[in-house]
Amino acid sequence: MTATRAEVLPGEPAITDDLVREHGLRPQEYDTIKSILQREPTFTELGIFSALWSEHCSYKHSRSILKLFPTEGPNVLQGPGENAGVLRLTDGWAVAFKIESHNHPTAVEPYQGAATGVGGILRDVFTMGARPIALLNSLRFGPLSDPHNRYLFAGAVRGIGDYGNCVGIPTVGGEVSFSPSYAGNPLINAMCVGVVREDEVIRAVAEGSGNVLLAVGARTGRDGIHGASFASEALTEESQARRPQVQVADPFTEKLLLEASLELIASGFIVAIQDMGAAGLTSSSAEMAARGGVGIEIDTARVPTREPDMTPYEILLSESQERMLVVALRDHVADVEAIMHKWELEAVPIGQVTEDGMYRVRHAGVIVAEIPGRQLIEECPVYHPEATEDPLRATLRGQTPEQRDPPPETALLTLLDEPSIASKRWVFEQYDSTVQASTVNGPGHDAGVVRIPGTSIGIAVATDCTSRYVALDPYEGGKAAVAEAARNVACVGARPIGITNCLNFGSPEKADVFFQFREACRGIAEACSALGTPVTGGNVSFYNEHPQGAIDPTPVIGMVGVLDDVANVLRSSFTTPGDAILLLGRTRGHLGASAYWEYVLDAVVGSPPPVDLADEKALQSLLLHVAGRSLAHSCHDVSDGGLAVALAEACIGTPYQATPIGAIVDIREIQGNLTDAEVLFGEDQGRAILSASPADAAIVLTEAREFGVPATQIGTVGGDGDIFQIQLARRRIEVDTAVLHQTYFDAIPGRMDTMDPQATDN
Amino acid sequence: MRVAVVRFPGSNCDADTVRAARQAGADAFYVWHRETTLNGADAVIVPGGFAYGDHLRAGAIARFSPVMAAVRKLADAGAPVLGICNGFQVLCEAGMLPGALMRNAGQRFLSRPVTVRIENTDTPFTTAYANGAIFRMPVAHGEGRYVASDAVITDLEREGRVVLRYVDDNPNGSVNEIAGVCNPAGNIVGMMPHPERAADPALGETEGARVFESVLAGIAHSSGGPQ
Repeated sequence: MTATRAEVLPGEPAITDDLVREHGLRPQEYDTIKSILQREPTFTELGIFSALWSEHCSYKHSRSILKLFPTEGPNVLQGPGENAGVLRLTDGWAVAFKIESHNHPTAVEPYQGAATGVGGILRDVFTMGARPIALLNSLRFGPLSDPHNRYLFAGAVRGIGDYGNCVGIPTVGGEVSFSPSYAGNPLINAMCVGVVREDEVIRAVAEGSGNVLLAVGARTGRDGIHGASFASEALTEESQARRPQVQVADPFTEKLLLEASLELIASGFIVAIQDMGAAGLTSSSAEMAARGGVGIEIDTARVPTREPDMTPYEILLSESQERMLVVALRDHVADVEAIMHKWELEAVPIGQVTEDGMYRVRHAGVIVAEIPGRQLIEECPVYHPEATEDPLRATLRGQTPEQRDPPPETALLTLLDEPSIASKRWVFEQYDSTVQASTVNGPGHDAGVVRIPGTSIGIAVATDCTSRYVALDPYEGGKAAVAEAARNVACVGARPIGITNCLNFGSPEKADVFFQFREACRGIAEACSALGTPVTGGNVSFYNEHPQGAIDPTPVIGMVGVLDDVANVLRSSFTTPGDAILLLGRTRGHLGASAYWEYVLDAVVGSPPPVDLADEKALQSLLLHVAGRSLAHSCHDVSDGGLAVALAEACIGTPYQATPIGAIVDIREIQGNLTDAEVLFGEDQGRAILSASPADAAIVLTEAREFGVPATQIGTVGGDGDIFQIQLARRRIEVDTAVLHQTYFDAIPGRMDTMDPQATDN
Repeated sequence: MRVAVVRFPGSNCDADTVRAARQAGADAFYVWHRETTLNGADAVIVPGGFAYGDHLRAGAIARFSPVMAAVRKLADAGAPVLGICNGFQVLCEAGMLPGALMRNAGQRFLSRPVTVRIENTDTPFTTAYANGAIFRMPVAHGEGRYVASDAVITDLEREGRVVLRYVDDNPNGSVNEIAGVCNPAGNIVGMMPHPERAADPALGETEGARVFESVLAGIAHSSGGPQ
């Protein structure tokens, strides 16, 4: 082994047990560091190890479980391990996409925390050479009855909007839900989708001894130092004091960086580019070097800083936003600088690729860190924590609600008024959803759809996770998250092709949490294999805990699908009076873990509905077939709130439809022996409602038999004007569609309008 | 038929605008903010976005950029100039259009379709519409509330210089539901809604295309046909 050397700078603290612990390193991890270096680390080296061996960067608790995921397929151009995953489409096009969390920063500073989350995920996509064409976000907050939750919700939404709007990327979908478990620890997961020509994908692999590293974009400041480590611990009362560790967003610089980076990649003057994201310059430089199996040497004194007298420790660990690290061909440094200057950005050479495999940092020439590069990345310990389910969860699964069923009309309106189910228009009106003039389906549909400019190819995207299911049964919940995300994409007529995931859990050092994590991943892996949607990357966010405990386990699935011709897109609302309404899939009346039990009967208990992946696949195949032949006028997934909510939503219509449309429905035939609540609000998986002209509906019913999908005509669109009517075995429910409409659209504004001035302050 | 689309650092509707203009048949091209000439443009569009990050105030810095002197010169010569969204804000800040665009009455950014009515078909960007035509276009802005002094509003209304008005629903609290205005000569037009996003059947609305078709027809007419 090569001997390493590094000098202690004047004024640096001595390395003590306390200092090691403050850096989040365990004693045995520190021993490993000493054996790698064959000496004590310097303060700078301690900082480097602390960042790269944090859970956020090293995946040390999750790595063994993530191996369960299927990551290969004929169309996978880039799987996990890069800035973003890439899948092949048609005609030489490819799609790059990824989802990432920014939970902890948002908990202490919602506006900046959420905004910088969007910035980071954009950079992950455009550093693959892809132009971002869509954003989505998956958000979870505590109930809106609490002013602090309203403050976090309003601030995060505004931060997301202000960032994406300024950069000019349309937000076309996502999800928002509310539950007490997120009260102290909101979840902000941002997803970005970009398009790139297949032969223009670039990877973040440093190579070529003598090639030059340049810091480009914004200057380095003292913000966000140790953000990666912050994200790797539980939130406490003291976390508010972490506010200075939250970075500040500058979307204007991001827009310049986006255009400059794409121009740089197209120029051929660079070999690699990576965002200085979590753990900043440290992770970007060390990861690019490790992927290429090369050494690198940087001099921190050459990095442009916002403040004088920054130490190498601070420069290496700063998470100032809108910065990138570029590896330029040695003879084209001036060309790279010229492109950056055109976009009014700085580009400064700070080091070079070396042959000796060493990760070496100098400060004004003095070596302050020297670590074997491969060992720095690869010898982080991997943990296999204990996984045991808390027996309380088995008890909850066996329970049923104590309250009695209210009249179904009351229950339906209660569900439509629940912010987790109601229209999210208040949220997505704050996001530019039509910039780039390519949005085919904006927010408020089962899946967002954007067209690749100059083609007829549509990319459909949806995010999904029913955390209530995962909390009660992580394996079935994991499966259901994938199944529903794929179904959402299929409901707009697109073929699901792959996923990214953002796995939000509590502390992996708790046996119950790690059990949830392992089982949810097992469910996700099984569903992805069955549905042919490989995992192309994502993000693990552990330590989502607050003084009251861990969040509900929330593995968010970001699904991407392809639509060969956007003219065949389907939307979720009924369009044409006289159309037949078909229910596809089998109704069993499963109420365990349902929205009905949670929001109407106030009981989060029971087992979630099992997912039959073969049935799910058959349904999705049928939907694609029907959409491809333009046999349907609308299609909507049956999920939270069951059949009654799905039908009501299809009547209520799109967010900007002038008036809702009625429906006359008769479900006596499928009700059989089921109770009213079971048939109306059961959440059996693998179902969708579809509307079609009577002639086409007859064809769909025949085709459904061939695909092995149960299908029944359950009603007619329009019928008696403004009435939403469902005939049950022993009663008939009737609600004015205007009441449905108002309840659904007023739920969130009604709660936010009561908000205190604090909630609008950023 | 050359249409220049001005590109500031932070413009983000530039590509959409070029595409819509080309679809209407124009030879549309970008002009970077540092340039001092418009490369022989017959008409200019200042597109939406966040020019210079909207630092200080939307459009406040953009008006000082070198390219704006060239835009002003071309406008003074009577050429058609259109500002869309942030471009409208820039033209107001530059004093080329009256009034100002303030923070939305609802205090939040607003992205959604609105219904508008064409009030003046004599501008170079509205000749292809029927007078009183009503259609939908998206808006997406945080600062779109049109305001001006009472005297200016009176003049605008009396001279028929309100080009576009919101119908049924005023999304941002603009005075008199004003969505777009023109200068006294009628060759400079600004509007908050985005016609370039309503110019494609695959995306839904298509009536915005007439904004670009109008200017093409006008230039073709005045210059004796396509060059």
